[in-house]
Amino acid sequence: MEALLDSALRLAAPLLLAALGELLVERAGVLNIGVEGMMLTGAFAAFVAAVATGSSAAGVVAGAAAACALGALFAYFAVARRIDQIVVGTAINLLALGATGVGVRAIYPGGAPTAPTVADLVLPGLATLPIFGRSLFAQTPFVYGGALAAAAIALFLRGTRLGLRLRAVGESARAADAEGVNVTALRVCAVLAGALFAGFAGANLSLAQSNSFTEGMTAGRGFIALAVVIFGGWRPWGIALAAIFFGAASALQFRLQAGGVPIPYPAFLMFPYLVTLAVLAFATRRAHSPEDLGRPYRREAG
Amino acid sequence: MTARAAALAALRPVLSVVLALGMLSLGLLLLGYAPLPALLALASGAFGSSAAWTATLLKASPLLLTGLAVALSFRCGVWNIGAEGQLYAGALAATAVTTRLLPGAPAAILAPLMSLAGAAGGALLAAIAGALRAFRGVSEVISTILLNFVAIQAVALAVHGPLQEASRAYPQSDALPAAALLPAFGRLHLGVAIAVTLAFGVQLLIFRTALGFRMRAVGLSPVAARFAGISPERHALVSIAIAGALAGLAGAFEVAGVTERLYEGLSPGYGYTAIAVALLARLNPLAVLPAALFFGALEAGAGAMQRTAGVPSVVTQIVQGLVILVFVAIPFEGRRAPLPGAPADGAA
Repeated sequence: MEALLDSALRLAAPLLLAALGELLVERAGVLNIGVEGMMLTGAFAAFVAAVATGSSAAGVVAGAAAACALGALFAYFAVARRIDQIVVGTAINLLALGATGVGVRAIYPGGAPTAPTVADLVLPGLATLPIFGRSLFAQTPFVYGGALAAAAIALFLRGTRLGLRLRAVGESARAADAEGVNVTALRVCAVLAGALFAGFAGANLSLAQSNSFTEGMTAGRGFIALAVVIFGGWRPWGIALAAIFFGAASALQFRLQAGGVPIPYPAFLMFPYLVTLAVLAFATRRAHSPEDLGRPYRREAG
Repeated sequence: MTARAAALAALRPVLSVVLALGMLSLGLLLLGYAPLPALLALASGAFGSSAAWTATLLKASPLLLTGLAVALSFRCGVWNIGAEGQLYAGALAATAVTTRLLPGAPAAILAPLMSLAGAAGGALLAAIAGALRAFRGVSEVISTILLNFVAIQAVALAVHGPLQEASRAYPQSDALPAAALLPAFGRLHLGVAIAVTLAFGVQLLIFRTALGFRMRAVGLSPVAARFAGISPERHALVSIAIAGALAGLAGAFEVAGVTERLYEGLSPGYGYTAIAVALLARLNPLAVLPAALFFGALEAGAGAMQRTAGVPSVVTQIVQGLVILVFVAIPFEGRRAPLPGAPADGAA
């Protein structure tokens, strides 16, 4: 049980980080389905930089920076040029998959080496607590980072003027504009912040969950992050719980596969998606999803 | 639209492809590959021999069907990202019917039934997304992405369980009975011709029928359509169901014309490439023909390029991404709607 919680949290961390970033983007009214590509780019850049410098910290920074660059590309097309967000996100995903796949082979013709990893951080005292001490407090820093980010984003959205403006832009860009909020600037910032988190999530994959980069290693986690945002009701704490739920489902699947239990494991992988669909179907939409989600804002339009 | 603007609009796809290939060459040069031999190897791998042509057409065929699916739903303002899942649902249904339900039926019955099952499987999965949007207001973007995963896991479940081959050696289905396979000319199966015919069919449906007119009206402005008594919800559901049937057919044709079995990872992402195909075709069904041929050639030629020029075949994904970005970045007249068929008032 302890081991299961431990691996559930480890598997949840990249989903949580990517989903928290996407939360900021969606709360500003932008739907970024390019998270997958940004995460993959983050994983790739983090790996390359960590191998080159021998420092996993430098890797994490590089991963975040590379994802941000892709975020800037998305922001230019989808926010500044107001091109459909789905189309731009799809292009970003294809580009990232191709560029990182070619890149890893071009840089390491003999096969990708192993990178220095981000070591687990054992919190003294807390980790010796009975029952869940080790699962909770002898974790990868990405787990702590995700928890802190969830708290920080909750405070930001609820308690700061900028957070309020961000939400206003997502609910009604026109009203926010009338109040003097710079819709485009705020949306660009939100996209960049979302890309930053996707970059961290990618670094988590290549420098903590594994110590290498393989082509397409995100394997749909960016899309799962989109589901996590919805399942979490566009709220930071809801998203944390949703990420743990998805993490637990895949931890359980690995366990079953290894243990030879006669329950077919794809059933466990399918379950979270079905639950998310059910949540979408039965939750009242207006109460949750930002009203202007996915709509480019054009001042002269009306 | 002026004559000049019309010409520019028609040139956009060609210009996008040329620019994307140019940018790719530049990138290859930076990474230390020689671009010209790579592109030549790609071209010869796609069109250099009759075997190359066959490979290209076999890759283009599922792209054509899924590309038509995407074009049809986008025309109605339905952002169907689910062609990949619908393809898998079609392959799953076709395999289930032919290997489990009616394995002994004669060819005259089984092959058509296999195709119908594939179309029905894809349509059913797509209709879930359509119904969620129509009755519960759930964005089809999200639901189709989720349903892709559901379909892919359902295939995994099936080939590890009820549909696994009798010998239980590998996670794959039994070979489809010979009577279920599509008639083939060499390796080229009848599904390719059917797909081409369907491109004309979808063109007629969209531009020459009342239903097509109403779907386009919904795509251009759901608000205006509602005032005209056209239900956006119902037409979204119908368009995505037809799209699902087309993508499902692509899956059925893959198992009954190419792989002859169902297994995980059957599609190399045809349903996602389909989005690039449809956009490049400017959502015109007949233009999906050359667009699918182009991306099919890329898929088929990439292997040859990897073998002879050492350039990883995954560069095709870069080309797909670049083509989309360059295409949308080229300014053209009629700035209101970013795409033909995209809702001009931005209501998603």
